[in-house]
Amino acid sequence: MSADLSVYKKDFPIFSRSVRGGNPLIYLDSGATSQKPEVVIQAEADFYRTKNAAVHRGAHLLAEEASDAYESARENVARFIGAASSEVIFTKSATESLNFLATSFGNPDSGIAVKPGDEIVVTEMEHHANLSPWQQLAKRTGAKLTWLSITAGGRLDLSNIDQVINSKTKIVAITHQSNVFGTVVPIDLIVKAARNVGALVVLDACQSVPHFAVNVKQLGVDFLAFSGHKVLGPTGIGVLWGKSELLEKLEPAIFGGSMVDSVTMDGATWAQTPRKFEAGVPNMAQAVGLSAAVDYLTKIGMPNLAQHEHKLTEELLAGFKEMKEVTVVGPLDMKDRGGVVSFTVDGVHPHDVGQVLDQYGIAVRTGHHCAWPLMKKLNLVGTTRASFHLYNSSEDVSSLLKAVEKVTQYFKVSK
Amino acid sequence: MELDSLYQEVILDHYRTPLNKGLSSEKDIQVHHNNPSCGDEVTLNLTMKDGFVKQITWDGVGCSISMASTSVMSDLLSGKEYQQAMKVLEAFVELMQSKGQSKGDEELLEDGVAFAGVSKFPARIKCALLGWMAFKDASTQVMA
Repeated sequence: MSADLSVYKKDFPIFSRSVRGGNPLIYLDSGATSQKPEVVIQAEADFYRTKNAAVHRGAHLLAEEASDAYESARENVARFIGAASSEVIFTKSATESLNFLATSFGNPDSGIAVKPGDEIVVTEMEHHANLSPWQQLAKRTGAKLTWLSITAGGRLDLSNIDQVINSKTKIVAITHQSNVFGTVVPIDLIVKAARNVGALVVLDACQSVPHFAVNVKQLGVDFLAFSGHKVLGPTGIGVLWGKSELLEKLEPAIFGGSMVDSVTMDGATWAQTPRKFEAGVPNMAQAVGLSAAVDYLTKIGMPNLAQHEHKLTEELLAGFKEMKEVTVVGPLDMKDRGGVVSFTVDGVHPHDVGQVLDQYGIAVRTGHHCAWPLMKKLNLVGTTRASFHLYNSSEDVSSLLKAVEKVTQYFKVSK
Repeated sequence: MELDSLYQEVILDHYRTPLNKGLSSEKDIQVHHNNPSCGDEVTLNLTMKDGFVKQITWDGVGCSISMASTSVMSDLLSGKEYQQAMKVLEAFVELMQSKGQSKGDEELLEDGVAFAGVSKFPARIKCALLGWMAFKDASTQVMA
């Protein structure tokens, strides 16, 4: 029996508005971005109202309080993922986190630089954000990009893992949970294969950190990235976590104020991590907002949230199973699976599916989900994707199933 | 309901039975256009003769709006003098930018007026214009 989380929906002001057709909002697009509870909106606004000043500069009281709020946010977010606060770098997004990493690995001055002949391993189910930066890094450095394939069932094909992750492999950059399939990747096996050959593991945790308890120490990965806006937090804030001894070896990706130890007209030395990776005045209010978001989620309990989404996913998969026009793209069972369900409706393009659902107030994602190579591999133009979070309910699942039925009627799909 | 203003029966008919779909073996030019935000693709073959649009054939994958619109375009512009075809194209683009305020010139646009409702849905305007922009690109290249 999972905990009743329906009481929390009222914490999200957006659900008080109506959408197209005067319908209440049924938001099933949390895989793209999550909605924000009032406490997060308040925390962000309160920073501007009461503490606003540039952090780590200035001798005045506001600067002190702003710095304190920002560094407390760092400690709090670090605690949320089981990390030390000195290992948590605030970025503007997960995309920026991954790009920073790829840039730093490409700097020959980095103690762990990628060199010609090295191999970088990704998978066929990466989001563009965890693919393009590595493609570019390979291109810049003369390294080779290789990848693990997927199975027909939407899981990672690990049958040739020992060939793909080999003695030339320097970095394995991999998603924790597919944003298309919902598949949760067996990170323990990836870490083991990487350790055997001395490669580093970079985890794209955008779809995992917001939905179940993630502990960087337990995972055993070397770097991890996620975005604040999917964790009920504000936009404009992301996290890059790395093991401190590795962060020490990396050159920063961007340069400027606040990240230096000393500067002359000829050059500069860097501050300690994490500061050396945070050039310029950071997104302070957003960091504080993210901190409020993780407090909120901690209070609810990540295991409760995971259980809640598990139940909704199970209900949706069961409903789709009864509909012959609907094909689920991704795992059909609940083993190692998160609350993201991609599907196609026979004879109806995803964009048209989304349009009809919108008419019933249901917000879903349609298209290639920033995973174009994966869509090509599956021979699909795209899918319709429903993704869950805290504020969703069994009623939302029923509404979706009913509306998909309407889609097939509207486009006169017959099979 | 609001949806019916978007999905006119004419549009659904063209989607189910598209005209001029299937690429001709002969052509003056072939262009390929896509919509990176949703992945819709159109390949268009164009033959011009003596300043007239002789033949438009196409192939593609996409939503009902993009496929139906390309079908309507290929039917409407075939046989037209180049300047006239461009005039129709401009009228269609204008209709798409009308934010639901225009019904469209039926004499000029014929089945194309069925897309008037699309202009109320900003995310779908690009779908409706995909094939038309492919034609514009192809014809401009041939006429250059």
